[in-house]
Amino acid sequence: MRSRLMLWVPLALFAFFVGVAGYMLTQQKNQFVESAMIGEPLPEFALKPAFPGLPGAARTDLTGGKPRLLNIWASWCLPCISEAPQLEALQAQGVEIVGIAIRDRPEDVANFLARYGNPYSRIGADDISEVQLAIGSSGVPETFVIDASGMIRYQHIGDIREDDVPLLLAELEKAK
Amino acid sequence: MIRALFAVILALVAVPLAAQDTMPPAPYAYNQLDDPRLEAEAAALMHTLRCLKCQSQSIADSDAPMAGDMRHQVRSRIQAGESPEAIRAWLIARYGDYVSYNPTVSASTWPLFAIPVLLILIVAAVLLRRLGKRRSDTEDAA
Repeated sequence: MRSRLMLWVPLALFAFFVGVAGYMLTQQKNQFVESAMIGEPLPEFALKPAFPGLPGAARTDLTGGKPRLLNIWASWCLPCISEAPQLEALQAQGVEIVGIAIRDRPEDVANFLARYGNPYSRIGADDISEVQLAIGSSGVPETFVIDASGMIRYQHIGDIREDDVPLLLAELEKAK
Repeated sequence: MIRALFAVILALVAVPLAAQDTMPPAPYAYNQLDDPRLEAEAAALMHTLRCLKCQSQSIADSDAPMAGDMRHQVRSRIQAGESPEAIRAWLIARYGDYVSYNPTVSASTWPLFAIPVLLILIVAAVLLRRLGKRRSDTEDAA
C-alpha cells in the first residue's frame, strides 16, 4: 500500500513545479537593473564638454553647497525627449542639473537642446559609457541625486514623469 | 496613395534605427588585445558577464553599444594588469550579483549548491539499501 502511494510522488513533484512556473509567469518582472552604488561616494571622473555651449562635467562640479541632480541622457534617446519638460520644471524650482551625454555628437546635443530646451548647468560627454558604468547606470535616461558631500543618494530609472517631480524634490530635500 | 503607405511603412521601420546612437565603438569593443594570453583571460571573463541592455546575453555575445563599452572596460583593465576577478568584483559593486553569470555561494544561493549534494547522498543511500537487500535475497535463495 505504501509503495502504491509512493508512485504518485514524482507526479506530485511535477505538478508542483508546473504550478510554480505558472505562478511566476503571472508575476510582473522588474526589467530594471538598479545601481548598487546608492549610499556610495560618486566615483572620480572628468568629462570634456558635450558641445561648445556648456562646460564639461567632473566630480568636483557635483559636490559642495547643495544636492544636485546628475542626469544620464542622450540626444538619440526617445524617452529623454519626454522627460525634457520635467527637467525644466525641476530647474525652475532652483535645482542644479548636471548632464552626462552618452555616446553623443556635439551637433546632435546642440540640436536636441535647441528643440527641447536646456535645463543643464553643464554637460559632460561620455563617449564610451565609462562614467555610466562607474556609477552603476544601465541605460538612458537615469537620474541620480548627489548630495553636497558627493554621495549618491537616490536613483530614478527611466524618464521623469510629471508625478516624479515632487518625488525627486523630496529626495533632494532629504539629501540636504 | 501607395507611395504614402510606403513612406509610412518606411518611417515605422526607421524608429528602431533612430533609437541607436551613431558613435564609433570604443577602442576595445571589437578589437582583441595584442597579447593572446591576456585576450583569452578577457574573453573568458566576458562570457560570464551579463549584458545589461539584453539581459539574457553575455557581453561577449551582444552587439548592443553598451555591451561594447563593457568589453572595452574589461579589455583595457586586463591590459592594465587587473585580475579578472577584481574586474568582476568592480562590476558587482555597481550592478549587484545580477551582472555576473558565475554563481557564488552566498546567504541566498547556498541551497543551489547544497541540494544536489543532498539528492546524490539520498540516491546513494537508497541504491545501497536496495542492492544490498537484493544480494542478500539471492544469497538466501542459493
